[in-house]
Amino acid sequence: MTDSENAVQDAGFDEWLDAAEDGDAYYLECPNEHGSLPPRRVCPDCGATDLEEVPLPATGEIETFTVTHVPTPAFEDDAPYATAIANFGPVRITGQVVDVDLEAIEPGLTVEIEISVSETTGERVLSFSPA
Amino acid sequence: MSDVRVAGVGLTSFGNTPERTSRDLFGDATIEAFADSGVPRDDVEALLYGNFMGELSEHQGHQGPLMAEAAGIRAPATRYESACASSGVAIRDAVKRIRNGEEDVLLVGGAERMTNLGTAGATEALAIAADDLWEVRAGTTFPGAYALMAQAYFSEFGGEHEDLAHIAVKNHENALTNEKAQYQRAIDVDDVLEAPQVSSPLGLYDSCPISDGAAALVLTSEDYAAEHDLDAPVAITGTGQGGDRMALHDREHLARSPAAREAGEEAYAEAGIDASDVDVAEVHDCFTIAEVLAIEALDLEPIGEGISAARDGRTTADGETPINLSGGLKAKGHPVGATGASQIAEVSKLLAGTHPNSDHVADATTGVAHNAGGTVASATVHVLEVVA
Repeated sequence: MTDSENAVQDAGFDEWLDAAEDGDAYYLECPNEHGSLPPRRVCPDCGATDLEEVPLPATGEIETFTVTHVPTPAFEDDAPYATAIANFGPVRITGQVVDVDLEAIEPGLTVEIEISVSETTGERVLSFSPA
Repeated sequence: MSDVRVAGVGLTSFGNTPERTSRDLFGDATIEAFADSGVPRDDVEALLYGNFMGELSEHQGHQGPLMAEAAGIRAPATRYESACASSGVAIRDAVKRIRNGEEDVLLVGGAERMTNLGTAGATEALAIAADDLWEVRAGTTFPGAYALMAQAYFSEFGGEHEDLAHIAVKNHENALTNEKAQYQRAIDVDDVLEAPQVSSPLGLYDSCPISDGAAALVLTSEDYAAEHDLDAPVAITGTGQGGDRMALHDREHLARSPAAREAGEEAYAEAGIDASDVDVAEVHDCFTIAEVLAIEALDLEPIGEGISAARDGRTTADGETPINLSGGLKAKGHPVGATGASQIAEVSKLLAGTHPNSDHVADATTGVAHNAGGTVASATVHVLEVVA
């Protein structure tokens, strides 16, 4: 949700955040079973154009993470914060790791999607919380 | 296929000069490049210019013609943008155009003004080389993205922060004699390990600085060099470019750089060399882990072993294959649009025997320059050889 009612939405991405907030996160699958993230018209792996929304597995596993101390201005008040890449099987996703002590994050941690809010901007942030 | 001669190179000092505009910096670099080459400005047929963040740092788009003006040439000019590989891709196009016989004399280079943005502003500007929707909005910074790769590397192959620290120490050591480097100051492993964290496991001394600077090259055809009796002993004999998915999470491997491998294989094949022929290399060490991934992608180290190369002395100034004798991005500085061209300038001088560190590679005939954009979604590799 953006602060300004006039803010232009990013078609495909903001809808994905809406769906994830409702617990209905999805990925796009082409006929060759390649997974990818929206917004997308064409499968980046094979060029197929017949993409279908498929429910994202409920949990993923953190593959790698970092704790950022020097943020961009958009996350000034959020630092230090953890960012991770989590593997959900058909797709990997980058997100912040919330609801956990930063020291407790490690590769292999099982997480689920959570949409949190930036302390700095009030904008929605794709996040992971321990499952 | 004609080789492409490096007729002249020019570099400004890299560093913290927030008051200097890009046109000022690039103009300066071209004065040195023309003087070094002996080529008259009137002979230049086009400018190929690399720049990444000009719109953000100085509200300036359409920089090609502006920089032709700054260089004092009347010729068509185009800006190339490929994040931190901007001037690498400009050089690649210049090489192809000269080889194809389209032109005989090209001015190539790049510049970047960054320090006027401050640390937060520059961090924000650099971040736009990542995927805005899926990476930047999740708080990914550039050091953060490389930190994700470092952590993935440790998990997959082993190694620790102390191994990376040896890379920073080595590159600072190499910069001591480079009067144009941003840092001419030795550091030790403890300095790196005790520095403030930027994005774990990477700290301040694992990261290249925010820099202002410019680099310019005068490239000519072999025929032009011969006809004009140029003192241009070094040629670019191979060029390669690789690409990868934009977001790090979409890559097959989180701790490898296939785009750089692809670029390296193409450049080696064109030059008719393999990694064992490489005597010296300048690689894109924007963060210490980046040097590890680069030397592995270039086959200078086996996959999973690059982490120990600096620590064990294989890539130090007197090692088997010295890496980043200029000080690298880490100590020389990283004005992003200028970096790729500056690497070619350094390798060229190392091979020609005119670099302050040439003594370390006195018999060298073959050098490589590796320039990466983003988290290596773009990469160029160039092979340089002594041909005259």
